[in-house]
Amino acid sequence: MTALDDIRVKEGVDAETVDAVKALSGTYKHGWNTEIEMEYAPKGLSEDIVRLISAKNEEPEWMTDWRLEAYRRWLTLKEPKWAMVEYPAIDFQDQYYYARPASMAVKPKSLDEVDPKLLETYKKLGIPLKEQAILAGVEPGPEDRKVAVDAVFDSVSVGTTFRKELAKAGVIFCSISEAIREHPELVRKYLGTVVPQSDNYYATLNSAVFSDGSFVYIPKGVRCPMELSTYFRINAENTGQFERTLIIAEEGSHVSYLEGCTAPQRDIAQLHAAVVEIVILDDAEVKYSTVQNWYPGDENGKGGIYNFVTKRADCRGARSKVMWTQVETGSAVTWKYPSCILRGDDSQGEFYSIAIANNMQQADTGTKMIHLGKNTRSRIVSKGISAGRAQNTYRGLVSMHPKAKNSRNYTQCDSLLIGSHCGAHTVPYIEVRNNSSRVEHEATTSKVDDDQLFYCRSRGMDEEEAVALVVNGFCKEVLQALPMEFAMEAQQLVAISLEGSVG
Amino acid sequence: MVADPRTTATDERLDALTLPAGNGWLHAARKDALGRLRAVGLPVRRDEYWRFTNPAPLVRVAPAPDAPTQTDDPFDGVDAYVITIDGDRLDLPDGAPDGLEITTLSKVAEADIHWVRDLYGKLEAAGSRPVSRPFAMLNTAFATGGLAIRVMAKVSRPIHIRTIGGTDPILHHVVKVDADAAVTILESGTAGARSNIVTEVDVADRAAFDHIRVQGPDHARHVNTHLFARLGTGSAFKSFTLSANGQFTRNEAVIELTGDDATAHVAGAAFGRDDLHHDDTVFVIHDACDCESRQVFKKVLRDGATGVFQGKILVKEGAQKTDGYQISQALLLDDDSVFLAKPELEIYADDVACSHGSTTGAIDETALFYLRSRGVSKRVATDLLVLSFLTEAVDEIADDGLRDHVGGLMADWLSRD
Repeated sequence: MTALDDIRVKEGVDAETVDAVKALSGTYKHGWNTEIEMEYAPKGLSEDIVRLISAKNEEPEWMTDWRLEAYRRWLTLKEPKWAMVEYPAIDFQDQYYYARPASMAVKPKSLDEVDPKLLETYKKLGIPLKEQAILAGVEPGPEDRKVAVDAVFDSVSVGTTFRKELAKAGVIFCSISEAIREHPELVRKYLGTVVPQSDNYYATLNSAVFSDGSFVYIPKGVRCPMELSTYFRINAENTGQFERTLIIAEEGSHVSYLEGCTAPQRDIAQLHAAVVEIVILDDAEVKYSTVQNWYPGDENGKGGIYNFVTKRADCRGARSKVMWTQVETGSAVTWKYPSCILRGDDSQGEFYSIAIANNMQQADTGTKMIHLGKNTRSRIVSKGISAGRAQNTYRGLVSMHPKAKNSRNYTQCDSLLIGSHCGAHTVPYIEVRNNSSRVEHEATTSKVDDDQLFYCRSRGMDEEEAVALVVNGFCKEVLQALPMEFAMEAQQLVAISLEGSVG
Repeated sequence: MVADPRTTATDERLDALTLPAGNGWLHAARKDALGRLRAVGLPVRRDEYWRFTNPAPLVRVAPAPDAPTQTDDPFDGVDAYVITIDGDRLDLPDGAPDGLEITTLSKVAEADIHWVRDLYGKLEAAGSRPVSRPFAMLNTAFATGGLAIRVMAKVSRPIHIRTIGGTDPILHHVVKVDADAAVTILESGTAGARSNIVTEVDVADRAAFDHIRVQGPDHARHVNTHLFARLGTGSAFKSFTLSANGQFTRNEAVIELTGDDATAHVAGAAFGRDDLHHDDTVFVIHDACDCESRQVFKKVLRDGATGVFQGKILVKEGAQKTDGYQISQALLLDDDSVFLAKPELEIYADDVACSHGSTTGAIDETALFYLRSRGVSKRVATDLLVLSFLTEAVDEIADDGLRDHVGGLMADWLSRD
């Protein structure tokens, strides 16, 4: 794959255009590394390490036991091999399972006490952690929406913003380690009830060694006053990041949650195994949006993040609703199936996904819609784009149980191929066990339409711009489902991710 | 150490079978298949390709005791050259149409060099990659009979292979269609309580192969068929299967388009009730440019019947301008019936148009209401809608006469179901 510098500028294209495109595309933007003093637990995985992580987080005994139980279970499990991804064997003993900035050894009382280098890191990523910046520094315009952020740096949460304002509404938004200490009754009641410790290889590993993550609790009838966001950053080398997110939406509540991820550019692949659990009670609604932009590795497949994620929402209540939206552009290997258990009658699950794989990236992603309750509805819209030598697989399950009378599912999976050395695959499973439900599945695979490209080119766009525009059009249905903050970023990401895929 | 259940089951089944004696090429092919089978073993329920169908009825040493009853010749009235396989008896009647060379597997085994040698077990072995098909391997190793058909011209009359009788037949047919030749093969029969039938078809450049199979309304049968086909440049392949009832049916097809401009159409209509289990597993491999493939499968299920569809289109790197289409639809007539589907696409070429669709649901209430408001009884209205639903698959049959015949047969069987 050629870098932009190598592209022959065709006649009639001025230098300004080339610069503009270069500025827009560029290579991986977040590949830099923060020089910061880190504190590591020894390399490798053992019961002692699990105990150490638990001790570092000052956890109660029940939590330590819970972790140890997961660890012992994990030792009996085998790594799953069914996904259409190939990667060298992971040496689980050659990883750090705990790393935190040294300055975090004593928990800072407020954001003012946080190491400025850390705040700088997030600022560089475009994430304002200092609420003062908005409250005092820059006067926000009337359209500017407030977003509360929880930032996770390697293994620990470095700060959560807007806590006071959220507390006024009764919303709890903090790191999970804090929640285990401050709200043990809630954590104990819900942790592991959606994704059990023994769920799968990576979820079990996560249960044993998760170091931090976010915790959200929306009380009965509360509409969360602002969007909540977690920003995950892997910085340290050879460090696995295992975050765990738990969201509880009580009856009639509503929350929109955003998640972003980046990592520095390194030659050695890094492991990321997260678990997200969402519990949704009667009439509550959760919207979960992800822009996953972990470092994808270079064009020869060197480095990058191995992203093994288990995300599941349990619509326990009647008329509850969950909406997953994901833009997956990063990671060398992605293994991720955000799922919906539609247990409550009349509950709804939606899944909107854009997965882009370029160069040597491999993505095996999709969703599961498990219909258990009556009159449940689900909708899947998946757009997969493959370029370079990448492999992109949609894998999904729609299951209508015998008691899920009058339920509906509509699935649409479209794949786009750019270049003749990549692959796009669709592996849906459809299981229908009652006759009052309707299930419809549609999938197409095609290439970027030549007529559309020609049209854009004839209007003076260069090929990469034209492809980015067409691809953005292809993804439109999903981009529209994203919250505004993410929609813009996602559109640009689509263009960046495809850099070097044409020409 | 506890023995692996797969190994135990495989050993038990193979110990009960005897490799037919011989020392020629056929024997070598059988031994090769047996070796491949021993390496992979017979399937177990947790195997990915058997997740929807329990292979136990095919694995067990002896078939279920209740043998199917004989049915009438479903192609009665069609002008065809009929070859009847009754248990172990296989006689070739006189009057074969011109342009054919037909012989039996037992005769072929005696010949030193024969065209069958280049095909027997060869397409089956190729079709076992990447997914192994252990029952086809078992068939290649232990086939007790079968036909070798070479088509050298455009054959005027269809060949009807009618399989009746026997308890646990293992039949292996090999068909070679030479360049520019054409043939229509009809297949019917209950073929014993359990049957394992493999057909290997080599379709040369510009040749045409048409296949229509009916699996009659015999409840007790357990059937496992494999159809392996290799298609040359500009060739045309068509296969349609009508299945009515039957406790266990698994029809597998592996079709590889190796020459440019080839077309492959595979279709099936199935209906049944109670403990019917019907599985269509289709794998279409595009390994050439400008080819077209089409899969149309419809099932009507009632009173707890189970329908399975696993269909895959694989487009290899370089197989540009591929047009691949696949549709699987099920009509569930009550709440106890089940449809399980896995329609897959695996694509490594960019200039292609591939799509698949799958729908499952009850009978359209609006259509039912329309018919009832016109004074049609609910029973008749349902039958009409079922018939029209299945007819879309029957329409895949190219020949007008045969299409009408199969359509009539289906309506008749439906009315008796």
